[in-house]
Amino acid sequence: MSEVLLQATGLRLAFGGVKAADGIDLGVMKGEFLAIIGPNGAGKTTFINMTTGYLRPNAGEISYEGQRITGMSPRAIVKRGIARSFQLPQLFLEHTVEQNVALAVASRDGIWSPLTPLLRPGYRDEARDLLERFGLTGIAETRADALNEGARKLADIAMAVALKPRLLLMDEPTSGVAASEKMDVVETLARVLRDAKVTAVFVEHDMDVVERFADRVAVWSQGRIAALGPPGEVLSDPAVQREVIGIERHA
Amino acid sequence: MRKIEPLLAILLAGAMIAAAIAAPWLRFVLTIALAKGIAVMGILLLLRAGQVSFGHALYIAFGAYTVAFLAPRFGDAMILLPLAAVGAGALGLVIGLFVTRYRQIFFGMLNLAMSMVFYSLLEKLYAITKGSDGIRVEIMPVAGQALDRITYEWTIFGIALGLAFVLGLLLRLYLASPMGEALAGIKTRETRLEFMGVPARGVLLSAYVMSAVLGGIGGALIAMTSRHVTPLLAYWTSSGELVFIAILGGAGGVLGPFLGAAGYELVRVYAAASFADAWQMILGAVLLLVILFAPGGLWGMAARAIGGRGR
Ligand SMILES: Nc1ncnc2c1ncn2[C@@H]1O[C@H](COP(=O)(O)OP(=O)(O)OP(=O)(O)O)[C@@H](O)[C@H]1O
Ligand SMILES: [Mg+2]
Repeated sequence: MSEVLLQATGLRLAFGGVKAADGIDLGVMKGEFLAIIGPNGAGKTTFINMTTGYLRPNAGEISYEGQRITGMSPRAIVKRGIARSFQLPQLFLEHTVEQNVALAVASRDGIWSPLTPLLRPGYRDEARDLLERFGLTGIAETRADALNEGARKLADIAMAVALKPRLLLMDEPTSGVAASEKMDVVETLARVLRDAKVTAVFVEHDMDVVERFADRVAVWSQGRIAALGPPGEVLSDPAVQREVIGIERHA
Repeated sequence: MRKIEPLLAILLAGAMIAAAIAAPWLRFVLTIALAKGIAVMGILLLLRAGQVSFGHALYIAFGAYTVAFLAPRFGDAMILLPLAAVGAGALGLVIGLFVTRYRQIFFGMLNLAMSMVFYSLLEKLYAITKGSDGIRVEIMPVAGQALDRITYEWTIFGIALGLAFVLGLLLRLYLASPMGEALAGIKTRETRLEFMGVPARGVLLSAYVMSAVLGGIGGALIAMTSRHVTPLLAYWTSSGELVFIAILGGAGGVLGPFLGAAGYELVRVYAAASFADAWQMILGAVLLLVILFAPGGLWGMAARAIGGRGR
């Protein structure tokens, strides 16, 4: 548990006058579930965007498994074993849920086979299996543009998991999921990730979820990490409660 | 629906053969329709990615002029067809490297620009291309056999039909493959492909090259059938015609381009014969009706009549 998988050092990124990252230093330990909390606009998504190659930091460095990945393309970073899901689900809207996930499964082999079907037994079975674990079997053949928000979110995560990453970054995995199902969903997700020995970083607004599933919590505030530690300690810190959780509860 | 598709293809082929036997002039019209159908499959490919090329007549013209230029030297259809296909593919690769950086209207207009450059070259380089007079293509041997005119026409018709079948089948397999589905993914969520490690531009480029090859084959067949090539083949209206046929036929299945091309050529011939001054108007009205009432095109209508989905 003490081996560093991802190390961010001195990350800075400004959009005009807005400092979305203002000196981020963070090490993610192999095998841990690290939660990121913080108010809207604190720079949580920006951190994920920088780590996955979508945004290039103005300064600082990110290394993964000991190698520098700063400035690499999203494609190169995925190939190294980092996958992500999105705050706004990014699905292929005219494809079914099963096709979406199967395409992610197929992309591990490259997608260059032009004459055998996407839904061949190998890919389809793996996609079906994942959908079953996410409780999405019932909507496997529904087109993605016809899903409700919770299902979209889960399908989006299933696609990221289908890439078999060693590090998975999830941007608000439970937003849009009905409150009554939330804990079950996270429970399932945590099991899938633990089984596959995936390290996870997830942005989360629900403190119950954080308390129950995170090994550590990082508190984001105006592009900086204001606090970092086990949920028990961090969430009971009065300053964090006032600045972050107070705001969260009203957000 | 997918199961019925091959059956429909066989029925359509049978109907075409019957029509070609019944009326020799229909043989000519239907050979052209098959050739255009093959080229329009290339438009359909790009439509899958949500992209419309307004310049694909470039590849038809390239294939046609390849035949016209090289017929005196390699005078055999079985050599000229692959040459036209490979040549158009190579040109498609060069142009594709550039145009696949762009999407939507920019993609469409850049293709248009390329085709108009090619058109001007065909027009202006009179010493090589004979300008707007064009070049005549003589009846050529097929696989070493010298043929009389009727046998030659039947043979080209047969080759066009055979190619339509084989290429249609390959395209159908491709569209359902990981590569084809990733191509369709470009239409709705291109960035997600990158986050799955898939080079979206590479996927589009490979489809673009395939579409150029299909255009080149269609153009070669047109040259062998009409036996006269002119720069008009590359003119923007010819590119528009391909998009027109794609919409008329419907982009939901590989039969669409052939239904569209057959429908288009027949309407054009009949309308031109009966209303010499107004046939464009009739085509326009047909397109309008299709867009308004049958957005899935002729293929979508056929699919619905049989009771499936047009996609
Ligand atoms: N691509 C961009 N261009 C311009 N400004 C951006 C961009 N991405 C983020 N920002 C700005 O950077 C700041 C941090 O944004 P970010 O999306 O990282 O916040 P967040 O913590 O994820 O917020 P939320 O909880 O609302 O998702 C915000 O002020 C945002 O407007
Ligand atoms: Mg965010």
